[in-house]
Amino acid sequence: MTTTPESDNPNEPHGRSSDQTPPPFEAGAEWLTGRGRDADVVMSSRVRLARNLVGFPFAPTATDDDRRHLLGAARPHVSAANDDGKAALTWVDVHEMPAIDRELLVERHLISRQHARGKLSSGVGGVDTPRALAVSLPDEKLAIMVNEEDHLRIQRIHAGLDLSAALAAVDAADDRIEASLDYAFNPRFGYLTCCPTNVGTGARFSVMLHLPALRLTGEIEKVKRAAEGMSLAVRGFYGEGSDASGDFYQLSNQTTLGKSERVLLAELEADIVPKVIDYERMARRKLLSRKTPILQDQVHRAMGVLAHARLLSTEESMKLLSLLRLGVVSELIDSTDLLTVHHLMLLTQPAHLQRAVGEELDQDQRRSARADLIRAKLG
Amino acid sequence: MLCQHCQEREATIHEVVIKNGVKDERHLCEPCAAELNLDPSPQASVQQVIGQFLSGSSAGGAGGAGATPAQALACPDCGRTFLKFKQTGLLGCATCYKAFERPISPMLERAHEGGGHHVGKIPRRALAASRLAKGQTIEELLGDAEERASRLAQLRKQLADAVRNEEYERAAQLRDLIEKTTVLLSSDEIDTAEPSKGDPSDQ
Repeated sequence: MTTTPESDNPNEPHGRSSDQTPPPFEAGAEWLTGRGRDADVVMSSRVRLARNLVGFPFAPTATDDDRRHLLGAARPHVSAANDDGKAALTWVDVHEMPAIDRELLVERHLISRQHARGKLSSGVGGVDTPRALAVSLPDEKLAIMVNEEDHLRIQRIHAGLDLSAALAAVDAADDRIEASLDYAFNPRFGYLTCCPTNVGTGARFSVMLHLPALRLTGEIEKVKRAAEGMSLAVRGFYGEGSDASGDFYQLSNQTTLGKSERVLLAELEADIVPKVIDYERMARRKLLSRKTPILQDQVHRAMGVLAHARLLSTEESMKLLSLLRLGVVSELIDSTDLLTVHHLMLLTQPAHLQRAVGEELDQDQRRSARADLIRAKLG
Repeated sequence: MLCQHCQEREATIHEVVIKNGVKDERHLCEPCAAELNLDPSPQASVQQVIGQFLSGSSAGGAGGAGATPAQALACPDCGRTFLKFKQTGLLGCATCYKAFERPISPMLERAHEGGGHHVGKIPRRALAASRLAKGQTIEELLGDAEERASRLAQLRKQLADAVRNEEYERAAQLRDLIEKTTVLLSSDEIDTAEPSKGDPSDQ
């Protein structure tokens, strides 16, 4: 993996530095801790800002030279965007990474699938397209994609329901970058973005909810329809186009123009999300109070399979780990904790698994290695 | 439940629209829903609205008086044509917003729940630059804090008049406007909390 800790020399021109050791991505993403408000239902909160720089063409019309030029111009300012008193962001040249490491960043929600491929939705670009990621390590709270669909996508992820703090932090990072770079802005349309669906505030708020009980009681479709009726997008664990792996659902705003950041945030955090949380908790209580211990049975069965199986697919692991998570937060299981469950959820993903084992594996080998790894942690 | 329209068949399509706090429910059978042009799929997402608009299939979308000239538009800065934007949904540069302002404005309003003007954070440098530039500045468009405060007072007075005269529709519009202006005022406080150096008007 090509990385450069920016603290050594923030003004060093961007280039290859493959002698660096890979950053410790497994160490400690804060959003995996299982702490924070309403953590029994809310896995994480994310705020992302789309920004473009004056004087550079947008992604679809930029040449690779434009993109390289932008990387060079943005790097020192983007790298210095971290909170006061914290180390500079770690800069990663995504176009120089092996495919498996790019996939690893996708699995950790640090870059989009599109950024991993280097290809825009319109088909422009490819794996060699100059692009980067700047990330705060080890907490992984702040991550900035450079040369994605927009020049900058600045995101902040926090554990639990914490959109307000995430907005304040991303706003501060945005101010630090804007102190030395000019953003494309117009009074009528606000922050100008490559796709007009993001124009205005350029802000996307999203909350990752764990809703296993609503799935078990069959009420999840109602929630999805209600959210969509309120102009919110409902997506899976890995965003656009992904399924609700592990019963995780991401709720986010679709509107970005005509409402301020704070109104957008309040609509989600003060209005819709608390209702969904209550609804899920009610469903959990309902399931737990049944005469026949169906939920208790399912949770302990999940633990049994995870602790003893010899072959596990990603899909099956996520399904069982979701039940295990429900068991931990409902205090049915006390032999493990949320942090371990969350780590296993990531470790069972293909790129993480291969990084953990240290070699490339085919699908069958992965099923076996996945089961071994989970058994070692839970068995 | 029977279909509200034909009162014969079972209603299988249920639509609930909440607009400005007013709930409107419709319960229809499939043939009646089709007759009344109610899309059986859940509310169109932003992507769908844009998709429809881009393919020119939505009523009052890309069609209408300016449609043909719009196809031929090209951005003077990056050369991107409006046609290319329609095909990909992506713009080529910041100037495209000016070049295509007329044809994309209705689409933006549809995609953003009627929002046509930015409300929220303003980059401090853009604000400073607009003060130096000639012509219309951001402050002229959005108003500075004092202007907005006086506009707010005026709006409140108009609202009181409207309520007194029982003009409820106008009152609702005014209330929306007041809400937007208030939000603008408060977000402005945040944005100028740390005055930039050498910019006395930020104090």
